Amino acid sequence: MQFDTSMLIPVLPEIFILTAACVILVVDLFLKEEQRVISYGLTQISLLLAVVITLITSPGETRIIFDGSVVRDGMSDLLKIAIFIISAGAFLYAKDYLRDRDLFKGEYYVLGLFAVLGMMVMVSANSFLTVYLGLELLALSLYALVAFNRDSAESSEAAMKYFVLGALASGMLLYGISMIYGATGSIGFQAIGEGLANPDVNKMVLVFGLVFVVIGLAFKFGAVPFHMWVPDVYQGAPTAVVTFLGSTPKIAAFALAMRMLVDGLGGLHADWQYMLVILAILSMGLGNVFAIAQGNIKRMLAYSTISHVGFILIGILAGTTKGYTAAMFYSIVYAAMALGAFGIVILLSRRGFEAENLDDFKGLNERSPWFAAMMLLVMFSMAGVPPTVGFFAKMFVLEAVISIDMTWLALVGVFFSIIGAFYYLRIVKLMYFDKPLDNSPLEAGIDTRIALSVNGLSMLALGLFPAGLLSLCAAALS
Amino acid sequence: MTFEKFVFYIFAAILVFAASMVITRRNPVHSALFLVLAFFSSAGIWLLAEAEFLAIVLILVYVGAVMVLFLFVVMMLDIDLATLRAGFIKYMPVGALVALVMAIEMFMVVGPANFGLDKMPAPAAQGPGYNNTEELGNVLYTVYMYPFEIAAVILLVGIIAAIGLTMRKRPETKYQDPSQQVKVKKADRLRVVKMDAED
Repeated sequence: MQFDTSMLIPVLPEIFILTAACVILVVDLFLKEEQRVISYGLTQISLLLAVVITLITSPGETRIIFDGSVVRDGMSDLLKIAIFIISAGAFLYAKDYLRDRDLFKGEYYVLGLFAVLGMMVMVSANSFLTVYLGLELLALSLYALVAFNRDSAESSEAAMKYFVLGALASGMLLYGISMIYGATGSIGFQAIGEGLANPDVNKMVLVFGLVFVVIGLAFKFGAVPFHMWVPDVYQGAPTAVVTFLGSTPKIAAFALAMRMLVDGLGGLHADWQYMLVILAILSMGLGNVFAIAQGNIKRMLAYSTISHVGFILIGILAGTTKGYTAAMFYSIVYAAMALGAFGIVILLSRRGFEAENLDDFKGLNERSPWFAAMMLLVMFSMAGVPPTVGFFAKMFVLEAVISIDMTWLALVGVFFSIIGAFYYLRIVKLMYFDKPLDNSPLEAGIDTRIALSVNGLSMLALGLFPAGLLSLCAAALS
Repeated sequence: MTFEKFVFYIFAAILVFAASMVITRRNPVHSALFLVLAFFSSAGIWLLAEAEFLAIVLILVYVGAVMVLFLFVVMMLDIDLATLRAGFIKYMPVGALVALVMAIEMFMVVGPANFGLDKMPAPAAQGPGYNNTEELGNVLYTVYMYPFEIAAVILLVGIIAAIGLTMRKRPETKYQDPSQQVKVKKADRLRVVKMDAED
């Protein structure tokens, strides 16, 4: 390989985020307790600059660099920008929460940036090795973030469960990759694609490996029946961490599926399609039904995540560009919805009080009509009520499976989202038709208020004008 | 049977024996020591495959560092074996069934039908001047440079996470401050008390 400095330009966003994380790590050492906000500010500036750098260095065509380890294409650029913006939102919501609980430390932001870096690596990976390393970078940062509140036994337990199951999933994934390597003799996605086209390739070994890869993927997505960790982690981790963990990693998981199953193992589409059908139906069914029984808002949102994962999988399994576009749209929109929902949970919490129960939402309309309206928009969007964006996300995904003659799957999806509408609308009912249990005023900085308003209104704006984001997604995949 | 094949089967037999001992021993220290034996045997198999660098790294890193650390942890923690074994009998039938099915499936896939020597012939032996370490280094720092850098970042995150999760400032802990210690004057420590001589 001939090394050329111009090769570094496509990976400039990654280099920048890595440098920023290291600089913030060192700067934070010299800050006094009351200056901690500087680390936060630097993190936000880095994410903003990363958006700019990604736009400037965008090559406008697919470029494969570092001997096939990295790919820079439209999909990687769009997903990276979505990850930066939504992560910045999560860090913003987290600030007041962390400060009120004496958790306002530089490590949160440094680990958060490393998690963002891990997602970037996954999003533009072009070989199984790179995908795996990005995944581990993300997972390791998230394990540490979940255990961030060291004095809480619940957080430690959640981190332990997450770590053990995550390690198991990584093991499964690696085992599957080793089988695929055994059959095709390569870990690069292009070479695997060529190997699959070869009629002499050992199909049995490949499908055996594929099963393990899909299991590893389902673990990371939190799809049923590999979802056990999701509710426990969401409940145990500090809300500030769940806001981050519950939003952007879904975009990265979508990219993981696209890179591994479509770029790498696209030739085995007929085999993985039915595996994903099973995962999708189980996720939508179990997620929506179990969410109804939850009294804890974080657990409820965890089961809601599981059901949304089912929809993302439906888009991917369609196997058409239309399906991938719909799944991409869905994953970005879902990350924004989850961000808004957890943002409101953070808004209702304050020092010494965690708004974890559904009853804490009672009478929110009397306490703050504006934020009740924002939560209403987010809940309508999650339930898929028009004209919010959640409706279009679901519609595009279902359209994609109908166009490949799997109308029955679309019907199953509609059936379970009607069941799911119940628990989203229950929150709306609690907010508007019940008396508040406590009347303490909501405390939040002006930045959180603005961000939450933008977040909530974007559900409506994107719903009224879905064509913009959809055409971006379509262009990214063409 | 060639001598190489004979050596391979010896190492493989020891490896399987050691691995099964790791999971069946009641005493965790014994398990850890059998794991060391398993690592040694796999290092031997790697040597046979002419991957001498990997063989040495396996012994240096896993036996030398990881397992010693592991033994420390096992000896320092008070592991209650009774709770670990609780439910063993209850889950045994299901677990055994799943393990059996998995083993049969894996044998069918990974067995000689797909990965036999006729399907996957051994690579040709290298000449005497061949240096495995150099070859690995050549690809590691060129072809695999990007994954290599990411692996380095993962290690950095590991360090940050470990320090972030375990370092605590306890107000009751007493520290020695050497710079203060060397600055101490006689007057700080000694007090001359004038008192009358006693009878």
